[in-house]
Amino acid sequence: MRKVLPGFGITLGFTLTYLSLIVLIPLSALLFKTMSFTWEQFEAAVTSARVVASYRLTFGASLLAALVNVVFGLLVAWVLVRYEFFGKKLIDALVDLPFALPTAVAGISLTALLASNGWVGQIFESWGIQLAFNPTGVVIALIFIGLPFVVRTVQPVLEDTEKELEEAAACLGATRWQTFARVILPAITPALLTGFALAFARAIGEYGSVIFIAGNMPMVSEITPLLIVSKLEQYDVPGATSIAVVMLAISFSLLLLINALQAWQRARSGSPA
Amino acid sequence: MSALIAPSARSRSPGGTQEPKWVRVCLIAVALAFIALFLVLPLAAVLTEALRNGVHAYREALREPDAVSAIRLTVITALIAVPLNLVFGVAAAWAIAKYEFHGKAFLTTLVDLPFSVSPVVAGLIYVLLFGAQGWFGPWLQAHDIKIIFAVPGIVLATVFVTFPFIARELIPLMQSQGNDEEQAAIVLGATGWQTFWHVTLPNIKWGLFYGVILCNARAMGEFGAVSVVSGHIRGQTNTMPLHVEILYNEYHSAAAFAVASLLALLALVTLAIKSVAEWRQGKILKALGELPPERAGVYAADALTLQPAG
Repeated sequence: MRKVLPGFGITLGFTLTYLSLIVLIPLSALLFKTMSFTWEQFEAAVTSARVVASYRLTFGASLLAALVNVVFGLLVAWVLVRYEFFGKKLIDALVDLPFALPTAVAGISLTALLASNGWVGQIFESWGIQLAFNPTGVVIALIFIGLPFVVRTVQPVLEDTEKELEEAAACLGATRWQTFARVILPAITPALLTGFALAFARAIGEYGSVIFIAGNMPMVSEITPLLIVSKLEQYDVPGATSIAVVMLAISFSLLLLINALQAWQRARSGSPA
Repeated sequence: MSALIAPSARSRSPGGTQEPKWVRVCLIAVALAFIALFLVLPLAAVLTEALRNGVHAYREALREPDAVSAIRLTVITALIAVPLNLVFGVAAAWAIAKYEFHGKAFLTTLVDLPFSVSPVVAGLIYVLLFGAQGWFGPWLQAHDIKIIFAVPGIVLATVFVTFPFIARELIPLMQSQGNDEEQAAIVLGATGWQTFWHVTLPNIKWGLFYGVILCNARAMGEFGAVSVVSGHIRGQTNTMPLHVEILYNEYHSAAAFAVASLLALLALVTLAIKSVAEWRQGKILKALGELPPERAGVYAADALTLQPAG
């Protein structure tokens, strides 16, 4: 009964073939290549001091940036959904800029702004704070990259929250802050967590916007994706592949986590999958 | 039920579910300041830096042969990658949105996979397949075919990175529209292709259009994956983002920003089209939502009989 519509076989067949050719077979090449190394080789490649320092920077900066995005992403989504102000449509459209702007362009532009002779950088320079060519710059670039993920996951959920619940809370004597903390926030928590995980996952893999602003000093401001590239440039294919497998395992776990979060959110909002 | 609630809702004071005015103003101000600092300022910086040495230098930077060949390669790459992912996106959305089958959730996750893979890893996997030491490397060398450090590698990496965009845009859209109209069309004797062309496509066209535009923006702007497979050969395997990097690293800042400004304009056009497409698609969804299911079927049948199959 369900399959009245024609085209199931051909569309699914094409989907699976194309998916295998472009994504699955190439990704499995990475795994097979790794299996050809000995465990000692693999371990040495993924736990050398320089690589561990790069994990620390990549994960630390991504975590910090995603947390900043949760706070400001929620604020931006809230303001866009709940308030009316001049230029709201324009701001709403602009939120997607980091999706559409090529990462290399974002990278050189942020560097030009934050370097000690840039518009923003020179203000901070006079206070003795350097924003570019250090881990701070990495965090700022990752905030830029991750912002739309939080806004765009929270915004629709905030639009769908039932006004009646807030009215009930107000009728029962809750202050506005209590209503927000006890009624609205629990309703949007799954969306906030999803947005956080999406921004975090994107930040971990980010390359283009970070390498210009990071300064790329080994042990200090070198991100893991850059390390893969530099190993590859030195023809250290085993080293690059080993680190890439670690990155891939982490991205895949995050993807599963995000899926679980989205399922939770659908269950919470009661809409069919 | 709603008639019971309405009078009390009307009589309550607005203060109960609305923040005080000063809170609203403060929140709006902080949000706008954040947007200005993180989104508007970088965009403004690209355009000012591009014009730093005047309009003449700007035009020269874009006319220079290496820049022209980078622009050409970027356009060619997008012209191959976007149609491939368009066909895939429509096929995948049709299979996933219109039918129930085992492993559907898993398939959807796999379609999303390229989103969460670092672009650098995306480039690396093709090097491992087609590079000099890769699986097919020796065979490719024997037959004098170049994929890595050549245009095919750039196209492949771009296809990988932009793989989910159109499918992701279409799957929720087609799921929300259900199968009623298509089933009506099939029952009335339309072929599968006619049903897609005359019934499904008009309902999803704006979502599809936006998916294509976003896919294109990402295809033209991809940096990490392309950087790994390109080899950075000037005038041959340099796309626009790679050309920006080279110019920037050689301290030709104004020229780098001139090329970057083209990509920034592309991003702005993409955002403008997105706003229009969302608005139009929203109107279509609303119109469909207002029709009762039986009526929607008749409406679809009308559309079909009005345009006899060619």
